[in-house]
Amino acid sequence: MSDLITVSLVDLDLAAQDKDAATRRLAELMSAEGRVTDLETFLTDVRAREAQMPTGLEGGIGIPHARSTGVTQPTVAFGRSATGVDYGASDGPAHLVFLIAAPAGGGDEHLKVLAALARRLVHASFKEALLQASDAEAVVDLFQREVVVS
Amino acid sequence: MKIVAVTSCPTGIAHTYMAAEALEGAGRGAGHEISVETQGSAGATPLDPAVIAEADVVIFAADVEVRDRQRFAGKPVVAVSVKHAINHAAEVIVDAERAAEEATSADAPVAAAASAAPVAVRSAELGTGTKVRGWLMTGVSYLIPFVAAGGILIALSFMLARIAEGDSGYQIVEVNADVPAFIDQFSALSLYDWAGLMFIIGAGMFGFLNAILAGYIAYAIADRPGLAPGFIAGWAAGIMGAGFLGALIGGITGGLIALGVSRIQVPSAVKGVMPVVVIPLVATLINGALMLVVIGRPLAWVFTELTDWLNSLSGSSIVLLGVILGLMMAFDMGGPVNKVAYTFAVTGLTAEAIASDDATALQVMATVMAAGMVPPLALALASTVRPKLFSHAERESGKAAWVLGASFITEGAIPFAAGDPFRVIPSIMAGSALTGGLVMLFGNELRAPHGGIWVFGLVEGWPSYILAVAAGTVLAAALVVLLKTRFRSADEAALEAQEDAGLFATA
Repeated sequence: MSDLITVSLVDLDLAAQDKDAATRRLAELMSAEGRVTDLETFLTDVRAREAQMPTGLEGGIGIPHARSTGVTQPTVAFGRSATGVDYGASDGPAHLVFLIAAPAGGGDEHLKVLAALARRLVHASFKEALLQASDAEAVVDLFQREVVVS
Repeated sequence: MKIVAVTSCPTGIAHTYMAAEALEGAGRGAGHEISVETQGSAGATPLDPAVIAEADVVIFAADVEVRDRQRFAGKPVVAVSVKHAINHAAEVIVDAERAAEEATSADAPVAAAASAAPVAVRSAELGTGTKVRGWLMTGVSYLIPFVAAGGILIALSFMLARIAEGDSGYQIVEVNADVPAFIDQFSALSLYDWAGLMFIIGAGMFGFLNAILAGYIAYAIADRPGLAPGFIAGWAAGIMGAGFLGALIGGITGGLIALGVSRIQVPSAVKGVMPVVVIPLVATLINGALMLVVIGRPLAWVFTELTDWLNSLSGSSIVLLGVILGLMMAFDMGGPVNKVAYTFAVTGLTAEAIASDDATALQVMATVMAAGMVPPLALALASTVRPKLFSHAERESGKAAWVLGASFITEGAIPFAAGDPFRVIPSIMAGSALTGGLVMLFGNELRAPHGGIWVFGLVEGWPSYILAVAAGTVLAAALVVLLKTRFRSADEAALEAQEDAGLFATA
């Protein structure tokens, strides 16, 4: 699945200080790529999901996500933050932020790629590789290699 | 050991799969066989029934209702939040090992019969009281939108009719007598017609209250097979005049009957149609008949006895009558006791009584309305002053309860009373009794059968009338807060937190 993520959807020096800013920054990358047609609706949906229960997970990752009408295809934008962004995990801020966008409504088959991505996220080796990645190409390579729909 | 698990989360695109991956990794790492069903957006592939049959233990890592839970009946269950499974999968597996051991160490032949309590949350059994409270709260969380939307529409219709027609606006309720005729003449330019339309829709929603409450209580007990027997019990409670307490009981019996029927061993050829056809059919017949026959006759008797009793009281102390009417109005909000009190007042409010200034009849009407306004107002007050004592859903319905109480829509208190009857009902009864006694003492009179603050123009001596309502409201709210603070278990707080999370489960 080559187009889950592209180099333009990677920010290895995520500068945002809080989760709203970080999420917005990544969503803007999606918007610039035409993957999100209605930025504000999408952000509202992500915030609504975040409000139910924070998406930060132990081990320094945040996975803000939503199904939204403003999304054209399953997409992930990836940000790496040296200082960390608080996504509400109990053990501290997230250094790896994955903004996951899924189109609203039917056609669940194509969401399998997101399921495959989610499964990779719990693997320490995947996280470690992302922390070490030297540039955006390396990140995209890693996704292509590891995120495989079974 | 053989483990099966179900993972699910509100959005169904991330946590569901992460939890599955984490559990699979931890389970295999500990040397177990594990199969996970991901109930996410990418379509769930159900677990093979043969795999479920062989499993020693079931893990639910779910923040939303697990679909088709009855497949796992009789197995030891470990239930955790989906995030907990992601963060601490190894611990969850250890919990599962322990739960499986406990289940096998319990008497083996009994184990099959002991499936009456299939869900052991994190291997610690919940008390019966807490379990019942959990069922009630599920019912209430589905009930709230109906109470809030229906109640506010009715309140708005009173308000608009008051603006359009002045003091006689309360007569808006008459539009419900012949809806097609009203719709036929509906004019989009008439404020009164809009008020009528709102009243019809609001009253229509209120027609669902008992069914929704009973249906979803049964659903909480028996999952989807419980819906049909639950709904029929709610409907029966409605037409037999048993009110929400009847619906509450019918919901519980409906759920338990459905659960019982689902436990009956059947040939595997029939198994497939059990949840869809056989359980609902059998349980609905039993529960419906039970509600109609067993509840119907005693209720009719209660109606007559109470009415006779009230009539015999009219001669004695009028303040005592006020107190009793107050107690009755708050006891079951729309149920038989409330209805006797309300009917007693309305039948006294004849054209003659109004024309001839029959003080007793008009005071009884004033008492009944004031006492009926207290329960929702008191719970609105309590949930505003001490929000921590209420679940998220209750706090939200507390906001609507202000409007509902002010408009004499006593049903606004039902979600609170149905979720926690033993603490809420005595409190609001005390408050309404105080209000009822005070109104009689002050001698307020009312010349309309409903409308709340929208007919205060028709109340004799409205400043003291407001004082009476306020006094009862404050007393009832204080009692609710006191009872909820003094008798509150840790189980319950956890349950409410869980319910809060569950509310968003529909995403």
